[in-house]
Amino acid sequence: MNKYVIEASGLTKRYGTSTVVDHISFDVASGEIFGVLGPNGAGKTTTILMLLGLCDISEGKVRVLDHDPVREPLAVKRRVGYLPDSVGFYDHLSAADNLHYTARLIGIALGEREKRIEAALARVRLEDVADKRVATFSRGMRQRLGLAEIIMKDVQVAILDEPTNGLDPQASVEFLELIRSLKSAGVTILLSSHLLDRVQNVCDRVALFNAGKIALMGTVAELGSQVLGGGFAVEVEAEQGPHLALRLGAIPGVRGVEEPAEGHFRLLCDRDVRPEAAAEVVAAGARLKRLAFDQPSLETIYTRYFQSVKPGEARHAA
Amino acid sequence: MRREGSPWRGLGVVVLKELSDHLTSARMRVLEWLVVLTALAAVYAAITQVRNVTAEDPFLFLRLFTTSRDPLPSFVSFLGFLVPLMAIGLGFDAVNGEHNHRTLSRILSQPIYRDALLFGKFLAGLATLSISLIALWLLVIGLGLIMLGVPPGGEEMARAMIFLLVTIAYAGVWLALAMLFSVVFRSPATAALVTLGLWLFLTVIWPALAPGIAEAFLPADNQALLVTGAQMLARLSPSTLFGETVLALLDPSTRTLGPVYLSQLQGAVMGAPLPLGESVLIAWPQIVGLVAATIILFVAGYVAFQRQEVRA
Ligand SMILES: Nc1ncnc2c1ncn2[C@@H]1O[C@H](COP(=O)(O)OP(=O)(O)O)[C@@H](O)[C@H]1O
Ligand SMILES: [Mg+2]
Repeated sequence: MNKYVIEASGLTKRYGTSTVVDHISFDVASGEIFGVLGPNGAGKTTTILMLLGLCDISEGKVRVLDHDPVREPLAVKRRVGYLPDSVGFYDHLSAADNLHYTARLIGIALGEREKRIEAALARVRLEDVADKRVATFSRGMRQRLGLAEIIMKDVQVAILDEPTNGLDPQASVEFLELIRSLKSAGVTILLSSHLLDRVQNVCDRVALFNAGKIALMGTVAELGSQVLGGGFAVEVEAEQGPHLALRLGAIPGVRGVEEPAEGHFRLLCDRDVRPEAAAEVVAAGARLKRLAFDQPSLETIYTRYFQSVKPGEARHAA
Repeated sequence: MRREGSPWRGLGVVVLKELSDHLTSARMRVLEWLVVLTALAAVYAAITQVRNVTAEDPFLFLRLFTTSRDPLPSFVSFLGFLVPLMAIGLGFDAVNGEHNHRTLSRILSQPIYRDALLFGKFLAGLATLSISLIALWLLVIGLGLIMLGVPPGGEEMARAMIFLLVTIAYAGVWLALAMLFSVVFRSPATAALVTLGLWLFLTVIWPALAPGIAEAFLPADNQALLVTGAQMLARLSPSTLFGETVLALLDPSTRTLGPVYLSQLQGAVMGAPLPLGESVLIAWPQIVGLVAATIILFVAGYVAFQRQEVRA
């Protein structure tokens, strides 16, 4: 079995003279949540459509679960679930009937349909409205129904386009929780979003898109250390001890120390150095008042990256 | 490049779903009532007329379809008008509706080809139209039986049956046209308007325009050529083809659909009915034309749909 479930190399899409996706290459490993992130118009949806064989490829190669989406679209679509950006359902049918239609298209055996649909609706907590017409559903409910369809389909890979788009923060958090549970069920997930911070916590790895190219790719920590010079930040507040800044700076893994205020230190580091920092403070004879740990924000990484690289010079970082 | 798997995978599922949508939709019910009421009015008028005038007509039953009584047009004229309306009503939002409800990309991400979706929608539309037309046809025959009190002959039934099939083919043309525009235009309102406009043009304006166009482009001194040319142009309209086919089928004394040549009249008794086979033969090019038009329009829609972006 191949380690990667999605492999794209030199993937390109042109509309006339404009290149919308420009020679991008990435791999998605089995079981991970891969985030395709970037502003609107960066080419995320186009990339996803090419993965599914729903849009022609101008150049490059893609393999999804070792199948070619262009030549073997049915094999790919049988094993991959897709939640389109602002998904729609047949408004005059009930939630369950909508899923029944899809189940018949997929070819799920008659005896199994009812059971799988019920289980899927229960997983996304729509079992109470299974017989209600979708016309009455909110945006969040439709989104969850789309996820139920993927769960019912029992896929190996789920591709979710802007899954939290248009959801309020609460619904957004709940939906990401559902996505996590899908991952723990063994599904590989590729999700796209233009809201970097909202999804950064669920993604194992991310690819930051900009104008059809992948500007940066890797784990959030990797990107942080690459762009900000330190992946993590540890905040230390202590009553002044001798040479505290120097001692903190000497901890292995710390790349720099800032002292924004008296007795307030900010360590930029490659890993979580809280235990060592606490030990140093105590060893220096100072009293530790606060110790905090910050993931770098993707938004910051993204903005900082494009401040440092002039447009057009964006290079593949990973 | 060979595609893997059958292009018709899922076809039956799509047909059943679309059919059930059509049969339960309010739109379809309104259209059906419109057709049934107007058509029955026409047949009723025809029956009273036929009872008064022709006592001994071997094709009394066929007269039900073709006889008009002022101010109502005949049953076939009604059908020629209303069948396109029904077909357009079923097809104008077939594909753009899926786009606008954002269901298209979700459905096409299931393991089926686009072929199955489009063809399934067409078959379901045609099946819906067939069901309505067959019901209507049975209603007319039943009404005739009751009110005329004589059973139709075997040949009459055969002619009426072929007429039914031709009407379904005629409906297919407009359905395919409406579906083509439902692919081309993203807005259902635009698609409906353009299809209805084209229908009005082809049905009402084009046949009237054809002689003028023939005169403009053909030598004026050859009368026969002018007439033939005008007729050929008029036949570009499915309505003309349908009208001519109906004429040949339901009026057995029709000997030719083109200009009458003396050679065709030799040995012919004026007004004597032709056997069924020969009537069909006369209208054969028109029948083939209707079926071919359906296929061409469907294929055009198919090609457009295959090249279309799925994203909303
Ligand atoms: N059919 C099309 N013809 C021309 N340009 C298109 C077409 N579809 C999308 N684009 C362009 O491709 C770019 C990327 O679009 P998309 O992949 O939807 O971005 P994202 O999903 O990242 O917001 C956009 O600039 C858009 O204008
Ligand atoms: Mg998008």
